[in-house]
Amino acid sequence: MTRELKRVSVVVFLMFLTLFVSTTIIQYFQAGNLDGDARNARSIYASYDTERGPILVDGQPIALSVPTTDEFKYQRTYPAGPLYSAVTGYYTLGQGSSQIEQSLGDYLSGTSDSQFLDYLNRLVTGQNPQGASVELTIDPVLQQTAYDALGDQRGAVVAIEPATGKILAMVSKPDYDPNSLAVHDTQQVIDTYDSLLAADGDPLINKSINALYPPGSTFKIVTTAAAVQTAGLGIDHTEPNLARLPLPGSSNTVSNAGGGTCGGGDTTTIATAFVLSCNIPMAELGMEIGEGALGDMANAFGFGAELSVPMDVSASLYPRGLDDAQVALSAFGQGSDVATPLQIAMLSAAVANGGTLMTPTLVDEIRAPDLSVLESFEAKELGTPLSSVTASTLSALMVDAVESGAGTNARIDGVSVAGKTGTAENGEGDPYTLWFTGFAPAENPRVAVAVVVEDGGGLGQDGTGNEVAAPIAQRVLEAGLNR
Amino acid sequence: MTGVSAPVAVETPTKGVRRIRVPQKLRNLELFLIILVCSVNAFAVVLVQFGALGYADSTVVYLGAGLSILVFGMHIALRFVATNADPFILPIAALLNGIGIAMIYRIDIAEELTGWESTAVRQVVWTAVAVAISIAVILVIRNHRVLQRYTYIAMLVAAVLLLLPMLPGIGQEINGARVWIHVGSFSFQPGEVAKIALAVFFAGYLVSRRDSLSMVGTKFLGMRFPRARDLGPILVLWALSMSVIIFQRDLGTALLYFGLFVVMIYVATGRASWVVLGVGLFLAGGVLAGQVLTYVNDRFTNWFDAFNPANYEAVGGSYQLVQGLFGLASGGMIGTGLGQGRPDITPLAQSDYIIASLGEELGLAGMFAVLALYLLFIARGFRISFAGQDDFGRLLGVGLSFTVALQCFIVIGGVTRVIPLTGLTTPFMAAGGSSLVANWIIVALLLRLSDTVRNQPRLVI
Repeated sequence: MTRELKRVSVVVFLMFLTLFVSTTIIQYFQAGNLDGDARNARSIYASYDTERGPILVDGQPIALSVPTTDEFKYQRTYPAGPLYSAVTGYYTLGQGSSQIEQSLGDYLSGTSDSQFLDYLNRLVTGQNPQGASVELTIDPVLQQTAYDALGDQRGAVVAIEPATGKILAMVSKPDYDPNSLAVHDTQQVIDTYDSLLAADGDPLINKSINALYPPGSTFKIVTTAAAVQTAGLGIDHTEPNLARLPLPGSSNTVSNAGGGTCGGGDTTTIATAFVLSCNIPMAELGMEIGEGALGDMANAFGFGAELSVPMDVSASLYPRGLDDAQVALSAFGQGSDVATPLQIAMLSAAVANGGTLMTPTLVDEIRAPDLSVLESFEAKELGTPLSSVTASTLSALMVDAVESGAGTNARIDGVSVAGKTGTAENGEGDPYTLWFTGFAPAENPRVAVAVVVEDGGGLGQDGTGNEVAAPIAQRVLEAGLNR
Repeated sequence: MTGVSAPVAVETPTKGVRRIRVPQKLRNLELFLIILVCSVNAFAVVLVQFGALGYADSTVVYLGAGLSILVFGMHIALRFVATNADPFILPIAALLNGIGIAMIYRIDIAEELTGWESTAVRQVVWTAVAVAISIAVILVIRNHRVLQRYTYIAMLVAAVLLLLPMLPGIGQEINGARVWIHVGSFSFQPGEVAKIALAVFFAGYLVSRRDSLSMVGTKFLGMRFPRARDLGPILVLWALSMSVIIFQRDLGTALLYFGLFVVMIYVATGRASWVVLGVGLFLAGGVLAGQVLTYVNDRFTNWFDAFNPANYEAVGGSYQLVQGLFGLASGGMIGTGLGQGRPDITPLAQSDYIIASLGEELGLAGMFAVLALYLLFIARGFRISFAGQDDFGRLLGVGLSFTVALQCFIVIGGVTRVIPLTGLTTPFMAAGGSSLVANWIIVALLLRLSDTVRNQPRLVI
């Protein structure tokens, strides 16, 4: 009997060994996967146990967690409603988050690597973990001005401090109220989310960094920069002044806005073409200097770069392998080049900053609950697309464009404003995409801005960048002067 | 001189040495362990209160203290009637029971149950009843061999207990399984107690019939298989288990009874062929049941493909299993801490799933500790069988210990996806009176057996 008992003991031991192994597999090896499962409500509850850190603008919270009596302990609220929706994004009950709420989620929830010791300490002492606070670079006055100026138009406004790369304003419309997605009723959140997802104009998309538009004439900044700096041409370099340019290898033609020639005479200069925003000379110039010079200059300005501000920015694109006709179109921002409003603001910012492009960011400072600084802003150069000489040449051209050229609606009394309009075609009969980008004051730039208005500003193919986008930019630039 | 005082003078020294005090080393060790265990249990309840309520509530502590007094009562009873009983069995049972109550109380708080609604209060009362019955058993059964006399009565008792839930009027179906009886507001799962009666019956029956079951038979594939006429008992047990599966819809209990029988007949006869036969019969029956009975089939589907959304969302699907796994995972290595997790998300977190609740709040560390406690408890039981002198006692010891082991394996294995999930209670911990009573009776019987084993005169060569 003893032999049998021994064998049964071994079987019992093996049974328990199996249980030791199975629990280890679940609680250790598979724990990460199981915690990450979308159906795991515990991860959601756990994230709500944390007092999520606030998002601050000029010391005032634009997103904060307030204690509640329900099972989630804290309610996320956005005191300014839709004003900052493009910046903060939303934070939902288990249905994801976006923008800063997502990209700095680790810090806000107190689970970033730099907060690990603090997290452990609170876990052991039984205190509720607390998240870090994030101070943004946003200027509340500029944000409000940009938000009001864009009004009910669809599009985006981005303002940057040229010397530092700090993003001062970021607006995307149509907007939404992030409070509507912060409610603690999952079904209601899903319904709201679905209706926002289906809504006209994609309110959930932050158009300032995640929408790619044809840059239109704002791209002439790149073309001119490439001509002057890369190809070594003067701004008085001439091109044939035609009223209609047949595209090589195609039956299509290019015409100037308004249909005539670019000023008078048989030839026209780069300067005239830039100030009056003529397409034909730019197309000719583009074919002359070629795709390589254009593309390299575009990339120097940030096209093709994977930026995070800290939200991931969609990479603007200047494609390669174009034929002559496509190069001609690309030189004035048509064809297949596309850009985000942030990228277009970066064009102005680089010119404004003497040719040096600063890395754009929204984050000024991240502080732990004990107020120790986890991360602080540091101005970083992204690159130097222009020499200071080229930068001042372009700056002067942009001032002329506002003073007496295609961008007159951005003028501010007593201040020299530099700018460039854009009126991009989208397709046969489709409304235009209207642009303005610029900076002020030209001699000592404080703020650079890009404005994009979709759907021709409601004017179909009659609206222009100067008519619709320039006045919006003007208000933002004016507000920026008082900084 | 009358000589009257002389007898008095003679009697005096006898009175003085009437009782020689032998230091009760085992009992003193047990006392020390019980004090330790009661402190741990009280500490667990306080931790639950701080974790889930944020303050200490003294009323529950009084209830816990009452329970501790009962355990001490049992200890005192052992000092008188089972001096040499194993000193670890009682403290381990008390610890598991106490941790179970703390966990049940913790889930009451999450579900906002108080007073008589509170499962923890009922569990405390049931524990009191169970410990009282346990004391009664140890006081009444002074020698386990008397049980051998009641071999066939035990069989009858087991059969009646098993059939009770099938009776109309008192039988009750809960969560699809018809294993409860219900009288007034009082419900009981007689199958839990039936396992003890079955163990007694198997032990008695196998001791008397082991020779015919082990000696004769035909050799086949290198193993000696029993004669057809000796197959009776195993076929009866198989039929019994299958009827439990079919009529009571209780896969776990069927597996428990049959596993118990197979192990006991193997230990009694030493014939591996019984194991082969038993496992083969049960597998065949299980596979057949899986084909015919949808609830058995569902259990297998949920087990194989738990994370499939179709199974997860189905009624009677893998929701509970998956939520239990989520709970265990969120516990991780060290757990969320008592009162700090969300074990209440998982259905039946107090009964069938109490082990997942524990794993969530005490982590893998706590899980290992609990598993180790069970293993130690079972090892003490097996120790009795190894050291025992009479075959009935040895068989009964291994049978009772093995039911605890197998029940742990079926429940915890089900929760951790080693085997398909079946509804069985975690011994000593899960909410439920019948399970507590049954397992505390096992405690009493093991204590009685261990006392007898130590008191046996040894053959000294």
